[in-house]
Amino acid sequence: MLDSGFSWNLVADAQDMLRFPFMQHALLAGTIVALVAGLVGYFMVLRGESFAGHTLANVGFAGAAGAVLVGVAPVAGLLVTGVLAALGIAALGGRGAGDAQGGGRTDIAIGTLLALALGLGLLFERLASVQAGGVYAVLFGLVLAVTNQDIVTIAATAAVTLVVVTLIGRPLLFASLDPDVAAARGVPVRLLTYVFLIVLAFAVAEAVQVVGVLLIFALLVTPAATALQLTARPARALALSAALAVAVTWLGLAVAYYTPYPAGFFITTFAFAAYLLARAWRLLARRGVRPARRRPSWHTAGETARQGVTPA
Amino acid sequence: MQPILTVPKSLAIAATLPPFTWNLVGDVQAMLRYDFMRNAFLCGTMVAVVAGLVGYFVLLRRLAFAGDALSHFAFTGALGAVLVGLSPLAGAFGLTVLVALVIGGLGERARARDVVVGTLLAWTLGIGVLLLSIYTTTASATNSALGVKVLFGSILGIQAQQALLAAAVAAAVVVVLLLIARPLLFVSLDPDVAAARGLPVRLLGAAFMVLLAVTVAEATQVVGALLIFALLITPAAIAQRVSVRPYRAMLLAAMLALAITWIGLTLAFYTSYPVSFLISALAFLAFIAVILGQRTASWRLRRPSPALAVA
Repeated sequence: MLDSGFSWNLVADAQDMLRFPFMQHALLAGTIVALVAGLVGYFMVLRGESFAGHTLANVGFAGAAGAVLVGVAPVAGLLVTGVLAALGIAALGGRGAGDAQGGGRTDIAIGTLLALALGLGLLFERLASVQAGGVYAVLFGLVLAVTNQDIVTIAATAAVTLVVVTLIGRPLLFASLDPDVAAARGVPVRLLTYVFLIVLAFAVAEAVQVVGVLLIFALLVTPAATALQLTARPARALALSAALAVAVTWLGLAVAYYTPYPAGFFITTFAFAAYLLARAWRLLARRGVRPARRRPSWHTAGETARQGVTPA
Repeated sequence: MQPILTVPKSLAIAATLPPFTWNLVGDVQAMLRYDFMRNAFLCGTMVAVVAGLVGYFVLLRRLAFAGDALSHFAFTGALGAVLVGLSPLAGAFGLTVLVALVIGGLGERARARDVVVGTLLAWTLGIGVLLLSIYTTTASATNSALGVKVLFGSILGIQAQQALLAAAVAAAVVVVLLLIARPLLFVSLDPDVAAARGLPVRLLGAAFMVLLAVTVAEATQVVGALLIFALLITPAAIAQRVSVRPYRAMLLAAMLALAITWIGLTLAFYTSYPVSFLISALAFLAFIAVILGQRTASWRLRRPSPALAVA
């Protein structure tokens, strides 16, 4: 892989790297996946559904192993199990706040389904006699083995996901920030919960072949968490989250190309470093090291507008 | 060698195992004649009891996601320890306890905790990938399945010494948990009033996180890092649905976890399916059965039935 080693001439390095079809495929697929994950992840973090996202990713393990067992494309298995799990989470857990019996708690439904899905995944994997390498491929992805065919599938799934997110974006944001008021205004909060979980399942299924079951989560949660540290405005946070996800993916792939270590490690590490920097930045800003700039926050923006004052 | 590294003996002697008969007592006797099954039962019993008890508090304190994250830290810790030449168990214990303290220090704000746990988890998985790649490129081929074993458990490959160690650790966790159970319940149910009464809310929270970390690292050996939920969450979820009384629910959770583990181990002995799958499937079936049972019960209660009128 190390055709000509790393030099400090970065342009030449990039050209050198992009000569290889496998790197072109990896970058293209990685960009699509990161873009979708960054956008969907923003809503996931906002809604406090990180656990659901992580579970949907893990459920994909059962899906991919099951697909190998019955001899269909892994993507089909990923989509089917992902959507089933999303519906299961919403159906078992979506009964509002926990009642006295301890029922109707999303985290319980998620945890239970997670255990079942992983158990099934293990069973399918044994039955299909997948080797350890096959398990790792599903769990950690094979970003450098993405083919043209895969990219078409990924792009199609990503397009569907993005269209749905765009369509439900506004009501979803409303329902995520204040479910009670949204419900009172007639927003179908419960329906949106179902739809969003299915969108999340799609985003995960599309990404699994590239970054793996375990690492898609990094692209979903970390850039979004970083963006939310830096800005409270939804549009800006969405853009920032997607941009960060794409940036860490590119950087991770490039560094992985010049080192013997896996891309997944670099992608998660860069993402985590960005998150730490964002937290440090916010801490410094709060301490007044940075000149304090009054910014209308998401909550007060409407207030200011209603009073007829242009936000500074 | 270390517990997680040993090859499941069931595979080697699968051909010579006794067949299943309808003489159930005889079956159990036949099964327990094997060392590896005795060790598996000893370790499984203790881990199940601990997981059931701790799981009740996990649900009460809404730490399911943190528990899930801790199980992944156990994975990374075990791999890292093997790479530097330590026992995987030491690595799993060390890293999970450390992270548990970090998560415990975050306080009780649920949304913020959700994000921080998720972010830490994502990074740990990345490190796990790195360690796995180093491990598979440096270690011999026979050990390349270590990651899979850590992830999915290998209770049938456990040694007598490790089973005893696991049992001792589990017993210690149970004792500590029972000692702090009363204040912990109070703090979990009503942190504000508990704080006003002078209870050390943060300290108890941190202490419980450490107990959870030890439990998770321990259970990793039985059902694997990925399947801990079958023993930690599902039995406790069933118990919470069945009883609102804390101590009764705790007892029920522990008994359910125990029953699921025993049945799972026995089924695994007489079939060729992996233990981890059987345990998680049994737990899920029990959960669904209880939900369906309760829905039918409440549906019957809601409509006026002649049977009720007579009663």
